[in-house]
Amino acid sequence: MSTVKVITGNHAASFGARDSRAEVIAAYPITPQTQIVELLSEFCADGTLKAKFIKVESEHSAMAACIGASAAGVRAYTATSAHGLALMHEMLHWAANGRHPVVMANVNRAMGPPWSIWTDQNDSLAQRDTGWLQFYCESNQEVYDTTMIAFKACEQVLLPGMLVLDAFILSHTYEPVEMPDQELIDEFLPPFDPPYKMDLDDARAFGALTTPEWYMELRYLIQEAHEKALVTVREVEKEFGETFGRYYGTLELYRCDDAEEVILIAGSTASTAKDAVDIMRKGGRKIGLARIKLFRPFPNEEIRDIASRVNKMIVIDRNVSFGNQGIFFNEIKASLYSAKNRPPVYGFVAGLGGRDMKIDDITGIVEQADTCDIEEILWWGVKL
Amino acid sequence: MKEKGWKECLWGGLIVDAGNSVLYKTGDWRSQRPIRDEQKCTDCLQCWIMCPDAAIKVKDGKIVGIDYDYCKGCGICCKVCPFDAIEMKEEGEK
Repeated sequence: MSTVKVITGNHAASFGARDSRAEVIAAYPITPQTQIVELLSEFCADGTLKAKFIKVESEHSAMAACIGASAAGVRAYTATSAHGLALMHEMLHWAANGRHPVVMANVNRAMGPPWSIWTDQNDSLAQRDTGWLQFYCESNQEVYDTTMIAFKACEQVLLPGMLVLDAFILSHTYEPVEMPDQELIDEFLPPFDPPYKMDLDDARAFGALTTPEWYMELRYLIQEAHEKALVTVREVEKEFGETFGRYYGTLELYRCDDAEEVILIAGSTASTAKDAVDIMRKGGRKIGLARIKLFRPFPNEEIRDIASRVNKMIVIDRNVSFGNQGIFFNEIKASLYSAKNRPPVYGFVAGLGGRDMKIDDITGIVEQADTCDIEEILWWGVKL
Repeated sequence: MKEKGWKECLWGGLIVDAGNSVLYKTGDWRSQRPIRDEQKCTDCLQCWIMCPDAAIKVKDGKIVGIDYDYCKGCGICCKVCPFDAIEMKEEGEK
């Protein structure tokens, strides 16, 4: 029997890790993530989850412990946020390059200074090139579900995966979350069994020195694995949908069938933007929404496909690459350069440091895109 | 024979067979080669003690040669020899 609990996004992540039967959890607390590992430590202490909980002195060590566990053939999980993720940076490369499918929840929190605990996407997007899969979630249910989807897909392609949820908007907000029967989950997600394990009785060398003659080949293997991951994630999402009745996809399309213009967005703001789309539809605009669920690997073909069917794209970035523009905006335009049908793409930087993104902000952005200069770098809502 | 390609490579710098470092002939790194003068050598074994790569071959307490497969040409043997019995020569020099 499945159960429904009304829980926070953080606890949805904890339950997701519990029901994925994580075997090692190594973590260091940081707001707004702390509740994730707090609940997991309770699960480990009371025997609900048969896992080793490793308390460490930093996020760098947390990831190092997860990598060691994963190399030993164990399902490893951690959670972090913002500065904690930044401190892990070296180990993020190590996890991906060593091909250890660790899964981690990152609660999107703005980087300081000025000190902030509220949401934006710069922390996770700054880790774009580390080789991790990145899943941006919209709801607490999706956080729970994506934990299992990430473990399954990541273990197939031997790459680590980061599921991303917005600080407070998801992390501390209660929503009903349905948790399927454990037997069904175990069938969907069998135990992790990598081809080579760190084992004292069967010695292997991991991450050995590789000369310039072979380094590029090993890098190409990672690129190949990412290309495969795009297909694998879709298959796993499909299987998850067939088993549990919830399907997300890598680029979720909302009211796009007859859309003439489309909003592109990631994270929980997508649900606000869907309401805005409904309102604008009532006002006669043929508008749709494409939610970027998977950022790495990037769903280039799906982006090009939706681009070929609309006259205008509006990208809303809760992040910025200083000295250039919004990061999704940048990525989407790069994806379209080789497309035959290339509509104009407008980019807006908005909602940084947890500034509220309401329906009026979304409709306002869409209206401004009607008249603004496409060359402009647009910061929505900056006080003048 | 076609050289191995990326498809035949193992990921992550993984080496499956243990104890394979013996196959890596670090002597390739050498730019200078130690040459031992058997007339001057007294088999005091100072070079054998100091060699960081265990490249001084000894049998029954006597030096029988230098293992050029693993000698990196660091020159420590030449430096420590009390009898100037080891000379460093540029590789390729006769």
